[in-house]
Amino acid sequence: MLVYMDMESTNMKIAVLGGKGGTGKTMVSVNLAATAKKAVYIDCDVEEPNGHLFFKPKGIESEKISIKIPFANDRCNGCRKCVEFCKFNALAYIGNKLIVFDDVCHSCGGCVLLCPENALSERNKVIGEIQNGSSENVTVSSGIMNTGEASGIPIIKKLLEHDKSGDCLTFIDCPPGSACIVMQCIKEADYCILVTEPTLFGVHNLNMVYDLVRLFHKPHGVIINKCLEEEDPAEMFCMENDMKIIGKIPYDNELGTLNSNALISVRESSKYRYKFSWLLQTLMEEVECETAINS
Amino acid sequence: MKIAIPVVDKSMESTICISFGRTPYFLIYETESKESLFLENSAAESQGGAGIKAAQVIVDNNIDCLLTPRCGQNSAEVMNCANVIIYKTVNDSIKENIDAFHDGKLSLLEDIHAGLHGHGVN
Repeated sequence: MLVYMDMESTNMKIAVLGGKGGTGKTMVSVNLAATAKKAVYIDCDVEEPNGHLFFKPKGIESEKISIKIPFANDRCNGCRKCVEFCKFNALAYIGNKLIVFDDVCHSCGGCVLLCPENALSERNKVIGEIQNGSSENVTVSSGIMNTGEASGIPIIKKLLEHDKSGDCLTFIDCPPGSACIVMQCIKEADYCILVTEPTLFGVHNLNMVYDLVRLFHKPHGVIINKCLEEEDPAEMFCMENDMKIIGKIPYDNELGTLNSNALISVRESSKYRYKFSWLLQTLMEEVECETAINS
Repeated sequence: MKIAIPVVDKSMESTICISFGRTPYFLIYETESKESLFLENSAAESQGGAGIKAAQVIVDNNIDCLLTPRCGQNSAEVMNCANVIIYKTVNDSIKENIDAFHDGKLSLLEDIHAGLHGHGVN
């Protein structure tokens, strides 16, 4: 068993991302968080959060997350300045009445500021919630977006707003892909782990998130999941682009079974406790090195 | 009666556009006088909510009936508020659809789609 490092007492935020679903982002972040002496796990995959299925956190406290939607009062004289202003066309003025499309509104508040008659106010619309709980050494936060809502970004902002970590590691489990919602997740991260698979498809998706972390100038490293004893295009891609491979996780029935039974492998098997301790140690060395260079 | 049709180009020989919200032009046709004019669709280049803005254009031009192959939920809501009746076109010919409308052969558009919001723009 490896000795936990002092580095873990530093307040580091590590985002775990991948170009597509099913690469192992949640498996990696859940097991790394469970391996650390003390950690915070934040599930930002608000459309389909599943980290809580593994942690089964206790003492859950929920907080509803709302956005602001405008509505017009009697003072509205139909000047339509708000309709013309809204870049997303969330407003229409029909038959002497202002119609607001909740799903299209981005809650920028511009129309309210602009209205010359002060005829617009805002109401709260609940779009989801945050659940905070704990599971042994890990503080678990999950963002849950209500089905059918357009954007989970307000939930992610709230999730990452409170610095719950104090003196411990934070793992941010990102949604798949490289869209706005992922950008929001990595904005404040000190380091990014890119999870991929040893296939051409894996390389394609890795390339997407690689572009993203470079755009944001984030120090990053790769974990290749589901590795077999054959040629690995993802490894070749990393070598060609001089990307650090933090570790490789084998394609393994035991790990797959534990995972599909929503068990945390490092808490069930000494083999994986050892494996992930190694990964965490390599990761922390890498984080220390990269963040020292950049500071 | 004033009808509107989303069209690809500013000509009666042009074809009907498959998209209502992002059509480049609307043909505005007056059934009694048989006068026609082409209106540029200011919503076509919108970042989002093109259907809502296009529907606002239709309503502001006092259109009674819209002839279109497809229409989204938000656009339909705007037009319902203004009592614009939405008919489904039978093919992409402007002339044939106007004739079919005259003869009462067009049916109401019932398959209002939920919209294509966010596809490829996030």
